[in-house]
Amino acid sequence: MIVELGHFALVLALAVALLQMVVPMIGAQRRDPALMAVAAPAAVAQFVLIGIAFAALMHAFLTSDFSVALVMKNSHTAKPLIYKIAGVWGNHEGSMVLWVLILSLYGALVALFGGNLPDGLRARVLSVQALIGVAFLGFILFTSNPFIRLDPAPIEGNGLNPILQDPALAFHPPFLYAGYVGLSMAFSFAIAALIEGRVDASWARWVRPWTLAAWVPLTVGIAMGSWWAYYTLGWGGFWFWDPVENASLMPWLVATALLHSAIVAEKRGVLKSWTILLAIFAFSLSLVGTFLVRSGVLTSVHAFAVDPSRGIAILCILVFFIGGALTLYGWRAPVLKAEGLFAPLSREGALVMNNLLLAAAAAAVFIGTLYPLFLDAIGGPKITVGAPFFNMTFVPLMIPLFCLVPIGPLLKWKRSDLVAASERLMGAGVAVIIVIIAVLAFHSRGPWLAALGMGLATWLIAGAFFEVAWRIGLFSGNIRESFRRALRLPRASWGMALAHGGLGIAVAGIVGTTAWRQELVTALKVGDSAELAGYTLTLEKVGMRNGPNYEALVGVIRVTREGREVAVMLPEKRSFPVERQEKTEAAIRTTGFSDLYIVIGDENGQGGWTLRAYYNNLAPWIWAGGMIMAAGGIVSLTDRRYRIGAPNRARSRLAAQPAE
Amino acid sequence: MTRKQRRAGFIALGLGIIGIAIGLVLYAMRDNIVFFYSPTEVVEKGIGPGTRFRLGGLVEKGSVEHTGAATIKFVVTDLMKSVTVSYTGIVPDLFREGQGVVAEGAIGPDGIFVADSVLAKHDEKYMPPEVAKALKKSGRWEEGQMNQDEGKGTAQ
Repeated sequence: MIVELGHFALVLALAVALLQMVVPMIGAQRRDPALMAVAAPAAVAQFVLIGIAFAALMHAFLTSDFSVALVMKNSHTAKPLIYKIAGVWGNHEGSMVLWVLILSLYGALVALFGGNLPDGLRARVLSVQALIGVAFLGFILFTSNPFIRLDPAPIEGNGLNPILQDPALAFHPPFLYAGYVGLSMAFSFAIAALIEGRVDASWARWVRPWTLAAWVPLTVGIAMGSWWAYYTLGWGGFWFWDPVENASLMPWLVATALLHSAIVAEKRGVLKSWTILLAIFAFSLSLVGTFLVRSGVLTSVHAFAVDPSRGIAILCILVFFIGGALTLYGWRAPVLKAEGLFAPLSREGALVMNNLLLAAAAAAVFIGTLYPLFLDAIGGPKITVGAPFFNMTFVPLMIPLFCLVPIGPLLKWKRSDLVAASERLMGAGVAVIIVIIAVLAFHSRGPWLAALGMGLATWLIAGAFFEVAWRIGLFSGNIRESFRRALRLPRASWGMALAHGGLGIAVAGIVGTTAWRQELVTALKVGDSAELAGYTLTLEKVGMRNGPNYEALVGVIRVTREGREVAVMLPEKRSFPVERQEKTEAAIRTTGFSDLYIVIGDENGQGGWTLRAYYNNLAPWIWAGGMIMAAGGIVSLTDRRYRIGAPNRARSRLAAQPAE
Repeated sequence: MTRKQRRAGFIALGLGIIGIAIGLVLYAMRDNIVFFYSPTEVVEKGIGPGTRFRLGGLVEKGSVEHTGAATIKFVVTDLMKSVTVSYTGIVPDLFREGQGVVAEGAIGPDGIFVADSVLAKHDEKYMPPEVAKALKKSGRWEEGQMNQDEGKGTAQ
């Protein structure tokens, strides 16, 4: 009964979305307030209906209702509660319901908190948002219905893929989707602005918080995914340039560019049509990501088998939205005129460089990810584009960008000079030199590129610190005055410093892990030892352990350093009898500065156990840096300027008009 | 600087960065692309030692043996031709006899394919698309499917 209710709610949601798509748009064109007023309640109703459908699906999973085909395929009574919940989105159909739930949540948030938007813009934004909703609700109901019943109902389910039975992965999709789908808001704003033919400072000011609201969960989602891959795939790496990972990285790069270009559009009235284009591309790449992951066209560690007919349906949606948006852009963008002028050496100039480099990096990742698919589609040879390609294209584009990051915020708008900025960055420069010398002294044989990499990371971290220090006059001697200034410093400035500093920490982690990782592959008999990075690993015993829905082979490894015991590490190899699969659980001991990472394999037929161990320098910094970046986004989002005092457009309309 | 010169400057800068990016992509494409071959293609194309490629197929039943402390040897087959593979390390969780596998590496002087990475997919029912395609190409898809079903049976 509840399942049918959920199905019915989803159908109703589609009807409401159709209404929300058509009526407010007509209202906005005719300037009819009554028709426009339909948008907000419809958006809320759509969210409530999809929420009911999602809750019904959740109920079916929690009660293990195996008369529902989806639950039978993806759940089992013996599964722990958290994975029964995660099972809802750990499959194609359920994850698409989560997708539209988040989509409608963003729509409802605009309806509820978008009171400061002009009626016309709000109606159009919600109408475009409903258009996306219609496409995906239709997709779910016609090709991926999660509410299909089985008759007769089996007594037990197939269980969830063990690889998904992991706390980080359980909550990775909701974050990633909140980011992916959140970019639909920037897209809807861009389309609405193109229809209106007007982009002004207040438009850019409205788009920024919504983009930031998507960027934060996207950052967290990517960091979580990378962390999961690190400890679960047993290879000790944090990023594999896997197509599914790239699918999340591309929208992130473009969203990051969009965050920065929107600042220029807001403050200076230039880069307007570029900002619109980025908003279109950010969401388009989210759709591409959804297509890549959901259509089964990829060979990937994360890709799961799905029905190819769905791939074609998603491809049609993709072509419609991207093609439609770009056509509209080509037709309407010439209407948007730039207002300000600026010199190459200015904050605008630095942000333009940021955008060019990020866009070029996103394009390089795009080519590397899609070229093999393209070649395959036209009947060419099967090829793989792996890490070396991305290291040679992505990294050289990131280096100049990272050099620029601390300089940009110190430049003035319109025109600036390097002398003043470089004086303020003197401290950061000194820190960089100290770190490079220290690294070279400490790792005398170490790769000199690593020293430069650590220098770059220091440049980012110290740059963020000295920027704030300069703004609050930290070195002027008057601590009380500095404290007062620090309190007055806009949250957005704090957010930026945190995000840039977090980037530096992540870069340090990446450089440290890549340059100084030590690896050991060996087979040990019980009682034998091996050496890695100054640690002695002794295999004490190998035993079995029973988990809630698995049986685990556990290796007990005593780790000593110079005779003293450091830790006992327990890598596991779990077998899931229901799913008939195995899953490696790496044992990781972290000091905050390095990880010791051990994986146990099979018995090698001669009484030895295969072990793979890594010593990963600075590895934890990668995810810590990502989390700090996300925290910076949240701090920035709480900036007063986004909440109150948003400019009243009705009054500024006359002022904006002559500039067009 | 006039407005026009400035705009020209920015356009030149933009084109310059796009040019550098294209250059990097093309340069990286030249050396860093890895081809995927089935065992039949390896034999037919006469791929010699030293060329890096990805080899995909099914792990032949009963072919996995431990040759060194942490080294295993197995045979990858598309049911037409087969290639012997040697790998040092821990194979992925889903590496199993009779199931699909993708190995990356190069053929050594002794004619054995030395893999530095072995991938198996994280889904029991799933076969890497390349493997499925190679099997379809060799007209042995049905058998491969059956093989897999048997594999499932024995795994229990």
